[in-house]
Amino acid sequence: MTKLEELTTKCSPNWCPGCGNIAIWAAFKNSAVKKGWDNTNTALVAGIGCHGHILNFTKITSLEGLHGRPVPVATGIKLANNRLNVFAFTGDGDCLGEGGNHFVHACRRNHDINVFIHDNAIYGLTTGQTSPTSPHNYKSKSTPQGNPDYPINPIAVAIASGATFVARAYAGDIQGTTDLMIKANEHKGISILDILQPCVTWNKEQTHDFYRANTYYLGGDYDVKNKEAAFKKSLEWGEKQIPIGVFYEVDEPSYESQIPQVKENPLVDNNPVRKDLTDLFEEFV
Amino acid sequence: MSGPKTISIKVGGQAGQGIKAAGQLLAKTATRSGYNIFTYTEFPSIIRGGHNVTQVMISRDEVTAATRMCDVLIALDQDTIDKHKDEIKNDGIVIYEGEKKIDTSDLKKSVKLCPIPLSKFAQEAGSNELLKNTAAIGAVMALLNGDLKILFNLLKDEFGSKGEEIVKANQKAAELGYDHAKKEYAKYIERLLEKKDNIEKKMVLSGNTAAGLGAIAGGVQFSAIYPMSPISGVLHTLAKYQEKYGYVYKQPEDEISAINMSIGAAHAGARALTSTSGGGFALMAEGYGLAGITETPVVIIEGMRPGPGTGLPTWSGQGDLQFILHAPQGDFPRIVLAAGDIKETFYLTMKALNLAEKYQTTVVVIIDKNLCDGDQSYPVFDISDFEVDRGKLTREKVEGIKRYQLSDDGISPRTTPGTGNFFIANSDEHDEEGLSSEESDNANAQQAKRMQKLITCANEDMEEPTLYGPEEADVTIVSWGSNKGSILATLKDFLNVNFLHITWMNPFPTERVKSVLSKAKYVIDMEANLTGQLANLIAEKTGIIIADRFLKVDGRPYYPEEIKDKLESVLNR
Repeated sequence: MTKLEELTTKCSPNWCPGCGNIAIWAAFKNSAVKKGWDNTNTALVAGIGCHGHILNFTKITSLEGLHGRPVPVATGIKLANNRLNVFAFTGDGDCLGEGGNHFVHACRRNHDINVFIHDNAIYGLTTGQTSPTSPHNYKSKSTPQGNPDYPINPIAVAIASGATFVARAYAGDIQGTTDLMIKANEHKGISILDILQPCVTWNKEQTHDFYRANTYYLGGDYDVKNKEAAFKKSLEWGEKQIPIGVFYEVDEPSYESQIPQVKENPLVDNNPVRKDLTDLFEEFV
Repeated sequence: MSGPKTISIKVGGQAGQGIKAAGQLLAKTATRSGYNIFTYTEFPSIIRGGHNVTQVMISRDEVTAATRMCDVLIALDQDTIDKHKDEIKNDGIVIYEGEKKIDTSDLKKSVKLCPIPLSKFAQEAGSNELLKNTAAIGAVMALLNGDLKILFNLLKDEFGSKGEEIVKANQKAAELGYDHAKKEYAKYIERLLEKKDNIEKKMVLSGNTAAGLGAIAGGVQFSAIYPMSPISGVLHTLAKYQEKYGYVYKQPEDEISAINMSIGAAHAGARALTSTSGGGFALMAEGYGLAGITETPVVIIEGMRPGPGTGLPTWSGQGDLQFILHAPQGDFPRIVLAAGDIKETFYLTMKALNLAEKYQTTVVVIIDKNLCDGDQSYPVFDISDFEVDRGKLTREKVEGIKRYQLSDDGISPRTTPGTGNFFIANSDEHDEEGLSSEESDNANAQQAKRMQKLITCANEDMEEPTLYGPEEADVTIVSWGSNKGSILATLKDFLNVNFLHITWMNPFPTERVKSVLSKAKYVIDMEANLTGQLANLIAEKTGIIIADRFLKVDGRPYYPEEIKDKLESVLNR
């Protein structure tokens, strides 16, 4: 079993005190301890932004890549070794701005990977510019007159693009976020988890208080298999109207389950050796 | 025809008329009759309409280049006559559609005209437009005294999967064309394509196919390639054989994804390869550097076409060399190889997969459109000497392993996720475990360690350039890429000219290049770009500045005729 103390590296977290990333990190470590995710079975990827530092503080083998590109890297890892649990940490700017194309296409392919969006509606690491999820009229260093753009809706985009598990968490609820991370990984196919988190330094609107006051958990008779209802629910956003939990989940064959080459063993288990290509050459005679 | 050793046949028509396929049939018929072939195709960046021409060179000896002039022109439309009328030899043959009004009055009077009712024969054989090509090939077989049985068997092999009816229709069309030409143009028949007695088995391969086969032979496990001219054939090859040989090809959403997926797969322990052309490589550039700093082995096949922008999308160029040597920001050990022909494309791709893993870095194999889409015949490749070398890779748990440990040769132990070992493949500068570090000593040590790999590679693996022709010569040509074939074809006519063919661009064989060029009496640099990018590299590495740069930027190959003119102008000075 994975022990909590085994998951830390020599690096101390350098996020701002109160940063939502600390809570996401805590939820991930909780999940890892509960489910036994460790260096024998798990790979992590991150992009660039404050979220990406999580890799330096988490002792599970990882790749810290380029801005916007963690999803294709995670896809490559999964295709090479589909035995691994693969987690791609990404941010709102990383995933939905720089990496928007990869996000949409990963959703429609149903690779069995987990995409966790550290969504603070601001560019934190570059010191406070508007992000793709910042509200309309939002004032930031890049939009001092107010943001003329409207925010993207990652939940709606994910559902529309064909993702088979789409959920939203609020980082401030570490236990709730832990549960959603575990559910995401248990889902066979792509899991999109949009994690709302405050940026205590740069975003003075979407604070812990804001989220605590306005989020609520989906439940009761909400049907996660109903795509139309999920769309409708994804459009809900406002005072006391921010749903948290699983919006949509259906069982579809994962990408990897459709590839005969990796049905028996992961690609990496078949060590490359010189092949007999006589038959192949014969085709060109 | 006055019995040339090499026959040049051009087939021309509209895009969509099956011109390239007709060339392939001719090429394979010739190799199965015991000859060597080389093909060259020109086409615009459209699917229907627009002029296509494919040229098949056939010879008893190895043939490595297309000439400008041809012995036989098969014209499926008027456009072909108009565009190529000055490229027919004085005693050449023109086979054309006899059913339509084709104006041949502009042709030289000495040219032998062979109108053939191709449309009628196509109707008779199976009412498919494309059968016109097969009928025309039948006619060529008659005029060159080829063996129709060989063509029949080939048609069976090529079209067998489409059903017996298609095979029969093609055979019928070939026979109609053959019989007609034999009867009507008996006086033109020359014994140029007679079936030889001892026929060595030969493959007809394009550069794209060779790169794909080289990847399979080299043990590729994962490939992500976004389509782009001229390298789409690489992905077609890899997509086709993936289940049989147990690797995965994935079509990504763009080239950025292609390289990042490849990096992910290689990080997880799979041999990974991608391919693109200049524009796609520009998109990959940041990932190229990520692979460099994370020491992740990735092979990139870069098939050049003229740029910038979309340039001449379906033509050939060599303008990406300096870009590949310098992209992106920062320094890291880039291993850069350039293939000079289709066989080199195969072997360098295979080798590149070993080099990438041994040195834990990127290896780019540069090819160009002439290689990608051209064909050459070769005896079946021998790969018995090849062994997969995965370098310092371990998938076992090793206590205290440091993924980026400092070492004399610059190469650290490599491991993968899922082994129990821990490391971060970190885009940020990092310490020996991969954890982010901005310490001065560490930054200096890690960068030096990475670059040391290039020195190790130069000592252990780099190959010297090949000097063709005499050691001492009046003129020395230095060149690279597909120009090799055209230069070798020309060299046969000059006893006092030699040619230095360079395949290793980084690390660079500085000493050998310096010694050849400093001894040379007169040096000509030949390359298909505007500035002489190889000549500039030579100047940077050796201090030798080549003044005479015989450059070409119109997307066409160097024709042996123009190289000959150039050499004569220099030698007669």
